[in-house]
Amino acid sequence: MLKINNLCAKVGDNEILKGLNLDVKPGELHAIMGPNGSGKSTLAAVLAGRDSFEVTEGSVDLDGIDLLDLEASDRAREGVFLAFQYPIEIPGVSNLNFMKAALNGKRTHQGLEPIKAKDFLAKVKECSSLVELDGQLRDRSVNEGFSGGEKKRNEIFQMAMLEPKLAILDETDSGLDIDALRVVSKGVNAMRSSDRSFIVITHYQRLLEHIVPDFVHVLSNGKIVKSGGKELALELEEKGYDWLKEPSHDTSNA
Amino acid sequence: MERIDEDKLIDEVTGKSYEYGFTTDIESETLSPGLNEGVVRTISAKKNEPEWLLNWRLEAFKVWSEMNEPDWAHVEYEKPDFQAISYYSAPKQKKELASLDEVDPELLKTMEKLGISLEEQKRLSGVAVDFVMDSVSVATSFKDKLADLGVIFCSLGEAIQEHPELVRKHLGTVVPQRDNYYAALNSAVFTDGSFCYIPKGVRCPMELSTYFRINQAGTGQFERTLIVADEGSYVSYLEGCTAPQRDENQLHAAVVEIISHDEAEVRYSTVQNWYPGDKDGKGGVFNFVTKRGLCHRAAKISWTQVETGSAVTWKYPSCILKGDDSIGEFFSVAVTNNKQQADTGTKMIHIGKRTRSTIISKGISSGHSQNSYRGLVQIHPGAENSRNFSVCDSLLMTDTCGAHTFPYIEAKNPTAQIEHEATTSKIGDDQIFYCQQRGIEEEEAIGLIVKGYAKDVLNKLPMEFAVEAQKLLTISLEGSVG
Repeated sequence: MLKINNLCAKVGDNEILKGLNLDVKPGELHAIMGPNGSGKSTLAAVLAGRDSFEVTEGSVDLDGIDLLDLEASDRAREGVFLAFQYPIEIPGVSNLNFMKAALNGKRTHQGLEPIKAKDFLAKVKECSSLVELDGQLRDRSVNEGFSGGEKKRNEIFQMAMLEPKLAILDETDSGLDIDALRVVSKGVNAMRSSDRSFIVITHYQRLLEHIVPDFVHVLSNGKIVKSGGKELALELEEKGYDWLKEPSHDTSNA
Repeated sequence: MERIDEDKLIDEVTGKSYEYGFTTDIESETLSPGLNEGVVRTISAKKNEPEWLLNWRLEAFKVWSEMNEPDWAHVEYEKPDFQAISYYSAPKQKKELASLDEVDPELLKTMEKLGISLEEQKRLSGVAVDFVMDSVSVATSFKDKLADLGVIFCSLGEAIQEHPELVRKHLGTVVPQRDNYYAALNSAVFTDGSFCYIPKGVRCPMELSTYFRINQAGTGQFERTLIVADEGSYVSYLEGCTAPQRDENQLHAAVVEIISHDEAEVRYSTVQNWYPGDKDGKGGVFNFVTKRGLCHRAAKISWTQVETGSAVTWKYPSCILKGDDSIGEFFSVAVTNNKQQADTGTKMIHIGKRTRSTIISKGISSGHSQNSYRGLVQIHPGAENSRNFSVCDSLLMTDTCGAHTFPYIEAKNPTAQIEHEATTSKIGDDQIFYCQQRGIEEEEAIGLIVKGYAKDVLNKLPMEFAVEAQKLLTISLEGSVG
């Protein structure tokens, strides 16, 4: 499904991804862990098409489509979804209108008619119950005045609405209390299926107790330095990251 | 109150041609450029006006001759040469086009985006349209209904002939001739405009002017509107049109006066989309308008405006809250792009006791434009327990545009409550990216964000206007974030 080959990306003169390879098959859930500054969030942003990063080398292929060739909105329409670490507030735009625009954007892309109001509302009802998002939050402006937990639940609600092929969760567990973490995890688990893949970026093993990965990768200094099964996360929790870090030859950023 | 004879009316409408109110005397001549007393007299004579009005115009002309063009607004432009303008030209007989193929394709594209029907597109762009029986009958029943209620809605020229006492009683009572330079000019040379009278206790059952948009085209550069709402009445009035309006007249100096008698309510909504000029602002319209309403006891006037056009805008729809317990409101979205300049806002003059006013101004600037809010809240010594609440927000789309706020507050009564909030924000790359990541394209994302920003004002527009106005906002800002 997703094939990342030798991906290199930079911001300004600062190289962040330095030849990253990753292969994700349909239905798989890959966790990406790693120390601060290793490039985890950059990977998420580059996959989603944020243009503040410049891809200097490599390729990203999603079911035969060259992702790097597409605008961010077209990647989304092809089924890439990013759950933001810090969801953005859009004052005055209701959550529902926002979702309708998003859903219809995707449907137009697929040559479908805009969704009927009745079907849309039924879908909203179904998806919001998945993450226990109450009616008030759905009708309010996008993320405006939401608590940290509400914002994250709203991300998963949107994911459920858009039914992506590839979902990338960028530190979805950050800022969540135990109850919210459980709700969010429940939503994600309900969405797992044989034709949907996940990349879950996290600092902590805690999340992976709720969302059990098929694979765990350690990202360090812009590359994947170790891969393993779910037990790798436990090992990391115990030992930290230092034992995995590549000896750094980098002297330029003194 | 004079009642309009129904039979006569039906005769008129179903008669030989489509003629009522707004499209009267078609003269062929145009006065040669220049302005002097003789020109004022000629205009008045051509319109067959009573002597009091001629004298009123002459007085205005005298005042204007002694005034200087104001330069305090935050706009820069080459001052018009007032002797190079022709002050009377017969209602322009636009060259009729045979089909839409002859119309500027850019114009058509915009109209299509606005969702304007094909028939309407033809009409607005000057293509000959056969008026189907249906539209005539709609207009007839509409006029009948208004006449039954005693509502007068006609051109100002017609009102001067048919209802001189009403016009004389109210004309210039809110915007006197000497009010300001452009108002004085307008008073001297106004050619036509609209007149609207709602009798006591009548709630006008429809938005006035929706069905009359055709007559609003080509009313000329010195338009004058007078709206009188008698005690306890209600009217909602729509001015303008979302379709782009091209005009050869560079200077527009209009005056709008509203008188809201005891317990009456007037809602006045404007969508202004005059030609803003090319990317460098060349050829755009100068829009210097004086709009003001007078509220008697417990009366209410509500101004709502969506301004996207014109090269230079100078406009402050205001309320004089003279009566106790009266209410004034001003809701505005002003968009400037490219080299457009707008200096717009409102004045709320609190004179009566317990008067209340609300101001919500949302400026959106893009390109190299300059967008200023200028507002005055004045609480007079007798205005016990009066309140004002103002919000003025600015949204910047580029690094090259400017947003300015000039709020003036004068409180001369210690019991007054005045609140003022102001914010300036830049449209965020983060917001746009967030939308894009959900599959919403950049242009649509900007539209969505801007509409959200302006929602508090757009919500105040009558339904049928609001949808078009939202589209207009998006179109006005197309390609503005690069």
